[in-house]
Amino acid sequence: MSLSVQLKKRYGNFLLDSEFECGNEVLALLGASGCGKSVTLRCIAGIDKPDEGRIVLDGRVLFDSEKKINLKPQARRAGYLFQQYALFPSMTVLQNVASGVREKDKSARDALVDDMIRRFRLQGLEALRPRQLSGGQQQRAALARIFASKPAAILLDEPFSALDSYLKWQLEMELFEMLKDYEGSILWISHDRGEVFRNCAKVCAMDAGRTEPVRPVEELFRDPITVSSARLSGCKNIVEAQPSNEWMTAEVPSWNLSLQCSKELPKTKFCLGIRANHLRQASEKDVNPLVCTLRRITDDLFSVILMLQVHGAKEDAPLLRMEMPKELWSPQPCGSDLTLSIAPEDILILK
Amino acid sequence: MDWYPLLNSLRISAISTFLTFFLGIFAAYYIARAPRAAKGVLDVLLTLPLVLPPTVVGYLLLRLLGPNRVLGAWIFQMFGFKMVMTWWSAIFAATVVSFPLMYRTARGAFESFDMTLQYSAQTLGMSNRRIFWRIRMPYCWQGILAGTVLSFARALGEYGATSMIAGYTPGKTATISTTVYQLWRTDNDALAFRWVLVNIAISFVVLMAVNMLERRTHTPRLEVR
Repeated sequence: MSLSVQLKKRYGNFLLDSEFECGNEVLALLGASGCGKSVTLRCIAGIDKPDEGRIVLDGRVLFDSEKKINLKPQARRAGYLFQQYALFPSMTVLQNVASGVREKDKSARDALVDDMIRRFRLQGLEALRPRQLSGGQQQRAALARIFASKPAAILLDEPFSALDSYLKWQLEMELFEMLKDYEGSILWISHDRGEVFRNCAKVCAMDAGRTEPVRPVEELFRDPITVSSARLSGCKNIVEAQPSNEWMTAEVPSWNLSLQCSKELPKTKFCLGIRANHLRQASEKDVNPLVCTLRRITDDLFSVILMLQVHGAKEDAPLLRMEMPKELWSPQPCGSDLTLSIAPEDILILK
Repeated sequence: MDWYPLLNSLRISAISTFLTFFLGIFAAYYIARAPRAAKGVLDVLLTLPLVLPPTVVGYLLLRLLGPNRVLGAWIFQMFGFKMVMTWWSAIFAATVVSFPLMYRTARGAFESFDMTLQYSAQTLGMSNRRIFWRIRMPYCWQGILAGTVLSFARALGEYGATSMIAGYTPGKTATISTTVYQLWRTDNDALAFRWVLVNIAISFVVLMAVNMLERRTHTPRLEVR
């Protein structure tokens, strides 16, 4: 059971170049909006046609530009969960679920629909129209409809993007439960790193139409490798750096200082990433002291966000962002000086 | 009062609306998918009868179907009947002038269709024909019905092209509109006024129907949970 995707599609100046494999697991496609995630999904489902490439699902070739194979969406068996679920408004819940059934035999059809209605807890709602359902019921009906069509892979297109956070959490837990026993590839498209971290085993980061290699999710957060992955994983401070004469020490020209790292550094220019919550107020013996001036204090719900200017930094250098829990913050006015530090092992080395 | 003009007007409008219904939906569906350049030209051509004076439409129809013209002469030779100056000649006029209304409202309805419904139906394995009849048409039917009623109203009000291609023969080609003109011309003011009232009454009902349909299209009804 696997999905292998390799495709290119050009839109004016934008080139989509997706390449990844997904086994019997939940793979996230993580990227900012407009990076080509949705188009990739649409190409797999057969709604859009790639310019070139090859898409294979469980050994069946869905698309191959060289062999001129392009299966119709109907024949691909890709279960696509759309953002607003795309339930058919003119049909009842029962008719919606039945519309995905491929069996020809009447009694087999009915049995399958009954089974789906029960499995997705839609009993008593069969005669209602989609607009009479709550958000959770709509999601269950849409999933029941997809499972009734016996999909060979499941494609989730930003399932929660239009929801408020309370409902989102409810539906997320429910979706996770319902997908748990599915045996096949599940592609989960998202721009929300938390959602990906909570629900997916592996992740393929996408930036400006290009995919990066597939990695276990926690690895993306621990060692993002690229600048775009670091941003997607929520790293707030990224600066250019270069190797210095000292071993494992990076020079940061825009801050006019050096930082000690815990790994061997590339020979050419690279970038450093510092997560906002990894910065600490320094004590005497800390390495990597960063003397800063406090420029801005923002109260968030449970944390304080500080924007700081590194002493000796160039005019155009971005401010350093630091976050800490409220209870750890002893209030100081803007303009006061603070000494921070960053542990060498917390510095991300980025391409 | 001789009710023949009412009957004649209603049957002409009914038949032309029937024709327009299928032609309009067909054109709307296929032109919506046509390549951009062809779409522009075809759209203008099909909408033209809406803005042309009915006399121009009448002239063009006569040019095509008149007894001495190519098509008219050929039909007369093959089948032995004339295409003009009969009661059903007015159907051509009514169909041509009401077509753009059907075409444009149907196109508007199709364009407002949420394509993700089509895509999700396709990924679920439904055939394109089934998607059209089971999903697209129910989604668009109010718009299409409004277009149908509007076409009927327009066909009923058709005068210019009708009088040119069907003329006015009492008891044969007379419609409400041509009768009103004839009665006014012959100073039969009282009877003319009666026909005017009949016409206004029918059009009023028809437009009320259009309004109700359009209101339902724009504000989806909220139902109690």
